[in-house]
Amino acid sequence: MRFEIEPVGNSLVVKLYGEIDQHSTDEIRSDIDRAISIKNPATLIIDLGGVELMDSSGLGLIMGRYKLMAARGGRLMLVRPQPQVDKVLELSGIKKMLGRNCG
Amino acid sequence: MNNYMKLTIPSKTSNEAFARAAVGAFAAQTDITVEDLSDIKTAVSEAVTNSIIHGYSDSGGVILIFCRVFLSGGTYTIEITVEDKGKGIENIERAMQPLYTTSENGERSGMGFTVMQSFMDELEVKSEPGCGTLVKMVKRVGAAEIYE
Repeated sequence: MRFEIEPVGNSLVVKLYGEIDQHSTDEIRSDIDRAISIKNPATLIIDLGGVELMDSSGLGLIMGRYKLMAARGGRLMLVRPQPQVDKVLELSGIKKMLGRNCG
Repeated sequence: MNNYMKLTIPSKTSNEAFARAAVGAFAAQTDITVEDLSDIKTAVSEAVTNSIIHGYSDSGGVILIFCRVFLSGGTYTIEITVEDKGKGIENIERAMQPLYTTSENGERSGMGFTVMQSFMDELEVKSEPGCGTLVKMVKRVGAAEIYE
């Protein structure tokens, strides 16, 4: 899958495109974590606007980054989930965990 | 309409996208909505991932996918089975609980069966430790609303 990682101010924006499954999460997890470790952002923003399909592997990726950011005193925001992705997020209860940040 | 297809793939994560696309293309011969098609593709992705990660523990094996579609009383029934000959599930009831995972290092969410259950109309899991696991899922599309 295609993804872009871009620092914006004190945040790190990760834009994901295409379909997120076990195969693609393996590809992007290490790159995101490396960028977090280098940039040390206060907020990690995962932009799901370009994601057409996500299975529970994507939830694992999101939960893992949530824990990582929390351990570093930062926070995670999820933005622009499309309907199918939103349905998976709703099921997991992660939106409640992130509170108002999930848009 | 009465149709079926069989697909045999090695248990590689690179085949997840192919498996769900193939099942999606098969299901698309019905009057399926984009939303229902996404549900099916997501559920297939979960079942195939389970076979790869848990059934074969990344060690490799073969995954069999069988799909059947038939039209009855204005409703299309799409039946999908995903089968592996991997290590099987000791306790199916526990495995199906939301957030339950046996994976300690893999960042698994434990939501695979919950997604399959929520996105499909029926889910049946048969498994025998040491022999493998069979997941059968059913989605009804078309004029299903009149029966609800």
